[in-house]
Amino acid sequence: MPDKKMTSFVARQLGFAYGLYEASFEFPASGLITVAGPNGAGKSTLLGILAGLRSPYRGSCTYESREIRQWPKREFARRVAFLPQSVRLQFPFTVEEVVLMGRTPYARGWFQTDEDRLAAEESMTITDTLAFRGRDFRSLSGGEAQRVILASALTQRPEALLLDEPATHLDLRHQLSLYRLLGELAKSLLVVAVTHDLNLALQFSHRVMVLEDGRIAGDGTPQEVLNPPLIARVFGVQATVHGTWMTYES
Amino acid sequence: MSRSVLLSAAVLVAVVIAAPLAGSSHIELGRAFAGVSPDHEIFFYARLPRVILALLGGAALSVTGVLFQCMLRDPLAEPYTLGVSSGASVGAVIAICLGWRATGVASLAGAALVLLMVLGMAVEGRRLSSFTLLLTGVTMNSMAFAVILFLHNLASFSQSFAISRWLMGGLEAVEYSTLAWLAVVVVGVSALVTAYAPQWNLLAVGDDWAASRGVSTVRLTAMGYVAGSVLTGLVTSLTGPIGFVGLIVPHALRLKLGADHRALLPCAFLLGGAFLVACDTLSRTVIAPTEIPVGVLTALCGGPFFLWLLKSRRRSLWL
Repeated sequence: MPDKKMTSFVARQLGFAYGLYEASFEFPASGLITVAGPNGAGKSTLLGILAGLRSPYRGSCTYESREIRQWPKREFARRVAFLPQSVRLQFPFTVEEVVLMGRTPYARGWFQTDEDRLAAEESMTITDTLAFRGRDFRSLSGGEAQRVILASALTQRPEALLLDEPATHLDLRHQLSLYRLLGELAKSLLVVAVTHDLNLALQFSHRVMVLEDGRIAGDGTPQEVLNPPLIARVFGVQATVHGTWMTYES
Repeated sequence: MSRSVLLSAAVLVAVVIAAPLAGSSHIELGRAFAGVSPDHEIFFYARLPRVILALLGGAALSVTGVLFQCMLRDPLAEPYTLGVSSGASVGAVIAICLGWRATGVASLAGAALVLLMVLGMAVEGRRLSSFTLLLTGVTMNSMAFAVILFLHNLASFSQSFAISRWLMGGLEAVEYSTLAWLAVVVVGVSALVTAYAPQWNLLAVGDDWAASRGVSTVRLTAMGYVAGSVLTGLVTSLTGPIGFVGLIVPHALRLKLGADHRALLPCAFLLGGAFLVACDTLSRTVIAPTEIPVGVLTALCGGPFFLWLLKSRRRSLWL
């Protein structure tokens, strides 16, 4: 059995009804891992299983040596936080209310405690969202909203952070600052991010997992995995790698 | 938050004290409590039961409106969206056509039947989709409407009048024993729903959002649907369908209080009750001694108010 402190997620022959087949891997307790692959490759399905949101799955997938489906939901939410690709709110929640929702796994009653508010303030400071804590979430730009969602996840004080295409709505500057922040966070916790941007994966991640048709096509350091032959086979484009960035030709 | 709840409670108390004193006949509170006729009879047997029914009905419909809008993440959802009141109406219309006197019981049976059918359709194994719930509810509404039209077409003149009158929705004085069990259910179910207010906040954002923060979304959605349906079914069986209360009270409150269900649910209970009591008082005083069915009045007041909201505060409502 893998050492509990060295590993977080361990999957064996992991599969789902659609989009994921016989995936086996071990994730460490910290570091930035990016999951890449073409549309429909099974990236979001994998992330959903890791987040405890997709079941039943085939095979085995454990977090800290305990099968994900057997974790009590609140206890699991104190360890693993999930960021959806986007959040579209219909109702006028303020930024602070959205961030404080991250404290639900710790709630012992109806009202937030000083500890909850402190955790929310810390997360908003880290993500630079404190200035608009009183604003209606729906009035935020895509980039601001993404940072607020990240703040809400950090308020859960997780050991593992799972992000589904976190840079989708961000401009270039915010993409870089987000991945820099994820890199900082990855020093103390596990960050798994689904991305379509191979340059971000190459530049910031400690490990890249590439999925193709629901199967793992490559798993290792960015330099090992993101090589032109694999990119040509999986993505159907010719890539040229220049150190920590690459260019493409179709 | 507590200030909003206290203010709402004060409004409700003021409306409930004033409402039984208003009407086509002038009465004095002292004479009513002293047992002097006819003030005593008008106050205790004609007006007070009706005010209590309006209070409980308005509270139940408003709380259900907040709940269904949150669960379905649809600002246009209301207590009648998920089919239960249509089931209640079908039950009542069948009872009228068959000459049964127990219209309320038949209406309750219709509501219960639809509740079970919608739940049966929406639950797949251990999953419950709010989208399937919505589609099934809307389909049930259409089917029930067709059945009502069919029965209405077959009905005699007097039955047809009774059906139309029932479908308009209205409040009539009912027995105190009926009000007692209605109060127990409405207050109990509303308190249960309000106890889960922090979890409703998460569900209003999304299923995955709530589940990834430790909420059991299937259990919560099922509980919300059953709770809202019990409230709507019971109230509809006693009053007929009364529109707009469950739509405008929640939206008006969101404009003032925001979306936090910890403030929204108790205020919806209190001000929903106050709103329907006020509408009912108007319905029996505006052109007294003739009464306007309260369902017509809530639609007449609520419709323009809602259009004004849409026009002036569209950005705030995000519609």
